[in-house]
Amino acid sequence: MNFLSAFRDKEMAAGLQRAIGQAIQKLGQPQTLMEVCGTHTWSIARHGIRSILPSGLRLLSGPGCPVCVTPQGYMDGAMILSQQEGVIVATFGDMMRVPGSHSSLEAERARGRQIRPVYSPLEALKIAKDNPQARVVFLGVGFETTAPTIAASLLEARERGLENYLVYSAHKRIPPALRLLAESPDLQLDGLICPPHVSAILGAQAYRFLAEEYGIPCAITGFEPLDILQGILMLLHQRIEGRPRVEIQYRRAVQEEGNPEALAIMEEVYQVGPGCWRGLGLIPDSGLFLRENYRPWDATHRFGLPSPETGEGDPAGCLCGEILKGAKTPPDCPAFARWCTPEDPQGPCMVSGEGTCAAYYRYDR
Amino acid sequence: MRPIIAMIDERISLACGSGGRAMHALLEKVIFPRLNNPLFQGEEDAALLPLEGATLAFSTDSYVVSPLFFPGGDIGRLAINGTVNDLAMRGAIPRYLSLGLILEEGFPLADLERILDSMGQAALEAHVQVVTGDTKVVARGQADGLFVNTSGVGLVPPGIAISAANAQVGDSLILNGGLGEHGIAVLSQREGLGFEAEVVSDTAPLNGLVAELLSAGEGIRALRDPTRGGLAASLNEIARSSRVGMIVEEEALLIQPAVAAACELLGLDPLYLANEGKMIACVHPAEAGKILSRMRGHRYGQESRIIGRVTADHPGRVVLNTAIGGSRIVDIPAGELLPRIC
Repeated sequence: MNFLSAFRDKEMAAGLQRAIGQAIQKLGQPQTLMEVCGTHTWSIARHGIRSILPSGLRLLSGPGCPVCVTPQGYMDGAMILSQQEGVIVATFGDMMRVPGSHSSLEAERARGRQIRPVYSPLEALKIAKDNPQARVVFLGVGFETTAPTIAASLLEARERGLENYLVYSAHKRIPPALRLLAESPDLQLDGLICPPHVSAILGAQAYRFLAEEYGIPCAITGFEPLDILQGILMLLHQRIEGRPRVEIQYRRAVQEEGNPEALAIMEEVYQVGPGCWRGLGLIPDSGLFLRENYRPWDATHRFGLPSPETGEGDPAGCLCGEILKGAKTPPDCPAFARWCTPEDPQGPCMVSGEGTCAAYYRYDR
Repeated sequence: MRPIIAMIDERISLACGSGGRAMHALLEKVIFPRLNNPLFQGEEDAALLPLEGATLAFSTDSYVVSPLFFPGGDIGRLAINGTVNDLAMRGAIPRYLSLGLILEEGFPLADLERILDSMGQAALEAHVQVVTGDTKVVARGQADGLFVNTSGVGLVPPGIAISAANAQVGDSLILNGGLGEHGIAVLSQREGLGFEAEVVSDTAPLNGLVAELLSAGEGIRALRDPTRGGLAASLNEIARSSRVGMIVEEEALLIQPAVAAACELLGLDPLYLANEGKMIACVHPAEAGKILSRMRGHRYGQESRIIGRVTADHPGRVVLNTAIGGSRIVDIPAGELLPRIC
């Protein structure tokens, strides 16, 4: 049996499915859980997990898709960058179709702008080395998962004296957004399926406030179908026991204390500030920006770009904000599957393959 | 309110060549209306033309794969097999091919010779002849090394009616092997990706396998080679053209461990990856067993298996029963997945 199929075993899935059904029955009332991470949303949709859960269990998708929460103002900054003479914009591919106010990177590339999708910031660093005459700007989006690798690319750029590599940082921190959700009066969460990769960096301690201050059960859960089913079961058992806490389902990679090296690199490169989330607005302490000593590599500074905090609202008629908060699901939105589709996305949740709307559209309609 | 298929900007985007919905929009909104005539068969892999009492199949395809050489093949072998397969998917016996070369100034002669040798071998294996051609050279920077076009003609034997519009409720879906090998093989050669999957492109001529299939008997309704857009695009095209639904069993799909691993790593779905030596056969269920055993006896059909069935439910839609016992929709791919894969 190989590593992948081991976590997709039909009989074990059926066993977990039964246990989840029993737990829901025991609780005697419908339960609402939220998966925070976009990759969870994608995996739940791709493996048809919703279709095997009992009707008394509702899964909401939270704000954990980095592309989806990137504000329009930041995308407009990226368009300005792409229009500069001698600039190559390097970006994760998912950003290509995110709508700014007037354009997208995909449309700008069709107009001849230098925009290169890459799989990692190290690839962008290489483009900078190979094109000394150009300035290469990497669009730094994502959570505590991508922030350390991008920080590492900046350390390397500094060490090598590479001054034509820049980062336009709009990194986000997950825990402040979770606090906002915990405090949201519309949302009664019975448990949080916490993101595994973010947790591998931050450790389990990062969510303790949710259990202790708000009484919300948390389970740090892997991405495979059996991981997710087991994570759901752990949350329901916490509810039955009446003892909310942070459990680690994803023992394969997550330690209680996180990854101290990655945390140290982030501390070296970033400072915390207010972050603007599409759909959620400005959240205190949720943004990561380059520190003063990294000014020479800071595109916001070098190009005088609009600060990423100046986010604009969602496109008209789009419910992405409500969907990101878990207050609505995609079929509630009048635009969904009508004039908002993966080919012509209006809202951010449709743009990324990991977005709630895209995952619903592709797999769950 | 915007129409559902806006998608076409003032300029062509890469998504318009993806084999997905954006490409269909370009075809339906821009290309088909301007070229329409009673014989135009844009939705099929090849057009069937009545000619002096016989039925001629005619098809064309251009190749822009990057890099030009990849594990298991090169642009030359791809260009022969691709057009041979498009003809074979209408039940035709491919015969004659044309070859168009667009070369960039400075292209190494040794590479061209290697590609042409490979083409010669592929033509030999597929029993076709390249009988005419054209060569253009453009200035450096105005093309990327080499682009190839092949067109081909073949004859459809009497009594054969294979079309993407012919699938019927109850039909079995047969696939002749593993998914995504070409896509991952090409991708693994791309600069900067940082992984070396031991995956070899599946590029192969399928006309021999189709001949085997046809000799097994009646009941072959639709054939399709899932190239760009993968199995997902091809099944959706048949479902839409035939106005039927499809159910696919995830457990029945063969995906090599190295392909599966690369997909996990890169966040790709193997159902959407390009294949160059695979075909879906939509066949009468009573004939499926016989056809399957004939296919398995052929070099390119050893791994053939039934992957699903045609249903009256959800016409135009493809549903996957997942390995863990759930179900989900398999939609047409949206934008650009991996440009220049073939």
